[in-house]
Amino acid sequence: MIEFRSVSKQFPDGTVAVDDFSHVLPTGKATVLVGSSGSGKTTLLRMINRMVEPTGGQVLIDGTDVAKLDRVRLRRSIGYVLQAAGLLPHRRVIDNVATVPVLNGVRKAEARERAYELLDKVGLDRALGERYPSQLSGGQQQRVGVARALAADPEILLMDEPFGAVDPIVRADLQLELNRLQRELGKTIVFVTHDIDEAFTVADQVVIFRKGGVVAQAGTPAEILAHPADDFVASFVGADAGRRSLQLQHRPGDDRPLVVDRDGRPIGVLESTVEAAPGAGASAQGGTAT
Amino acid sequence: MTLVLDALAWLFSPERLTGSNAIPTRLLEHLFYTGISVLVAALIAIPVGYLIGHTGRGRELAVSISGAARALPSFGLLLVVVLLVGTTRAPLAAVVAFVLLAIPSVLAGAYSGIEAIDRRIIDAARAQGMTEWQILLRVEVPLGLPLLLGGLRNAALQVVSTVTLAAYIGLGGLGIYIFRAIPLRRYDEMLGSAILIVVLALVVDAVFALLQRLSVPRGITAGRATRTRGSTPGPRAPMGSPIAYK
Amino acid sequence: MTWVWDNLDLIGRLSLEHVRLSVPPIVLGLLIAVPIGWLAHRYRRARPAILTVIGLLYTIPSLALFVILPAVLGVGFLSEVNVTVALTIYAVAILVRSVADALGSVDAEVRQAATAIGYSGWSRFWVVELPLAGPVVLAGLRVAAVSTVSLVTVGIFVGVESLGYLFINGLQRRILAEVASGLVMTVVIALVIDLLLVLLGRALMPWTRVDSRRSRRRRPAAGVVSR
Repeated sequence: MIEFRSVSKQFPDGTVAVDDFSHVLPTGKATVLVGSSGSGKTTLLRMINRMVEPTGGQVLIDGTDVAKLDRVRLRRSIGYVLQAAGLLPHRRVIDNVATVPVLNGVRKAEARERAYELLDKVGLDRALGERYPSQLSGGQQQRVGVARALAADPEILLMDEPFGAVDPIVRADLQLELNRLQRELGKTIVFVTHDIDEAFTVADQVVIFRKGGVVAQAGTPAEILAHPADDFVASFVGADAGRRSLQLQHRPGDDRPLVVDRDGRPIGVLESTVEAAPGAGASAQGGTAT
Repeated sequence: MTLVLDALAWLFSPERLTGSNAIPTRLLEHLFYTGISVLVAALIAIPVGYLIGHTGRGRELAVSISGAARALPSFGLLLVVVLLVGTTRAPLAAVVAFVLLAIPSVLAGAYSGIEAIDRRIIDAARAQGMTEWQILLRVEVPLGLPLLLGGLRNAALQVVSTVTLAAYIGLGGLGIYIFRAIPLRRYDEMLGSAILIVVLALVVDAVFALLQRLSVPRGITAGRATRTRGSTPGPRAPMGSPIAYK
Repeated sequence: MTWVWDNLDLIGRLSLEHVRLSVPPIVLGLLIAVPIGWLAHRYRRARPAILTVIGLLYTIPSLALFVILPAVLGVGFLSEVNVTVALTIYAVAILVRSVADALGSVDAEVRQAATAIGYSGWSRFWVVELPLAGPVVLAGLRVAAVSTVSLVTVGIFVGVESLGYLFINGLQRRILAEVASGLVMTVVIALVIDLLLVLLGRALMPWTRVDSRRSRRRRPAAGVVSR
């Protein structure tokens, strides 16, 4: 469990990135912090592994104030995936993945062996391990970034716009892959994005920010879609534009109704209806597109 | 054309290998002064440059120093140091001057090498839990090596050139032939030794160029780095950056 | 210090002479470097060859070049032409890379946009590319100017009088003040010319005034990393 207790951050130049933020991020769930740039979401994420120190309040992991922990050891115990991966360009992919275990003193051969298993896990061919990051595509680099973050088997995974630099098709692929991994591993994920659709795809819990680190609404995707707190949230999730209010269109000669938006543009086909599990996010996104 | 032939005749005459002014002796002197000066400059400037590059502090000052240093005429600086230290200790004074002349290039090479690294790579390394020393030694030093060698290359060339001038104050080195020949208008010796000095400079340049090429870590395709802290100088960067006014 | 007061005339005269010797190589260097730099920029294949050859010129020690040029040019050993040509060569060596880099730094989209609104190759170069390349060229020009002023002093060994005279004369007479005043005046002239170039750049390229300071430092957005 990660807890923010009235956390604030004012940068030396006077900008307030975060103002009195309190929130609990449950263990084993994916929490997505979403907002436009300048909303302080990345700053909050970086406070968890002390890449940024708050100017007020506390960040606690399982009840321990991170300020009391050794920075380096804390960072090694938390996986971190960032935009454009940030891989070391002069080291082979496999050594990039093995970075943290090696720093922790695991023997190189052993760390590599485990790193290869992680390549399998994130869906990369083992042969890519011998290449350098620059020889991989953007999507592959991002997968390596995820594998590296998982290498020390951390409880917590921080993801800072991890899929921001790849094209939409690859991004959708990576999002589904992340969901698969998460079902398998059950990490506590903190995910930052400015893309609300990505947030709804990945999240168990979403926190929407306004400028200056003020929370506009927090809740499951279903709650937010069903009951946006105010006009800002409605506009942010696209509910005001009618993008989220869908209709069923019955077509003669086809018993599967079409799901269309307010203007009648088709979104998908209704295959079946399901009962919502309490707190389940994934079913809240509207029709099942096929 | 005859001038050039005369010069080559002077250069390849067997007499050049004997006596107190034998070319091998003077060449070794030249290399000795160059080597020792660049070495001392490196010992001073690399740690300072790495400190500046790693912390980002003192950068403006370093840019100003390395820019303004170019305005110093090397021979004038040499003489000032020699007159200050005393002509009896001219060799020591000269080395001090050479070191002073070499420091700005090495400094610039050291800090710009680190500065040219994509900030996101260093940020990621820190976020993985590398200590500051590990970031420096495992990320910044290997990735900054080509530009550091570029700085050492410029420093070495600067010193080779200034050692030539230092023959004027009796320091030896290859410049001695030119200064000996000028008052006597011995053009064959002037031109022959000038050619030798040029060849020496080219060899020094080539050695560093080779080292630079070998130092580029595998997996780096040149010019990929983006989002760096400062402007990225070219791999050779013979010119460095202009003087920064505050 | 008394030496300086007694010899202000000499210092003044030599300083003027120094400036007179410094300016032609800087101007000529720029005029020669622009077309060569353009070639290096325009013909990608030729670029490494051009830049390598030009770079090698820069490695030649100044005294050696001063001595070699008379043989190559066929002019008298003591002629001022030697110094002017030698210093022009160094200026060209610095500036060609600057010009090539500068033209390369012009945004491809800007270039295409200029073509799209109807500039032909030649007018596009003068109206769009060269002005936009200006700041980088200016940076190179400043470096070339400062190093030219400093190198003029070496001309004294081949009989071309400048502030370098104070070095040799001061050494012979063991007058530190004389040597030092030569050193200081050389630096002063270099800085004055450098400053003039900066002001000239601001006058010619008013748009660079707006963001020149800001672009100098880029820091990561969520910066202020704790250590």
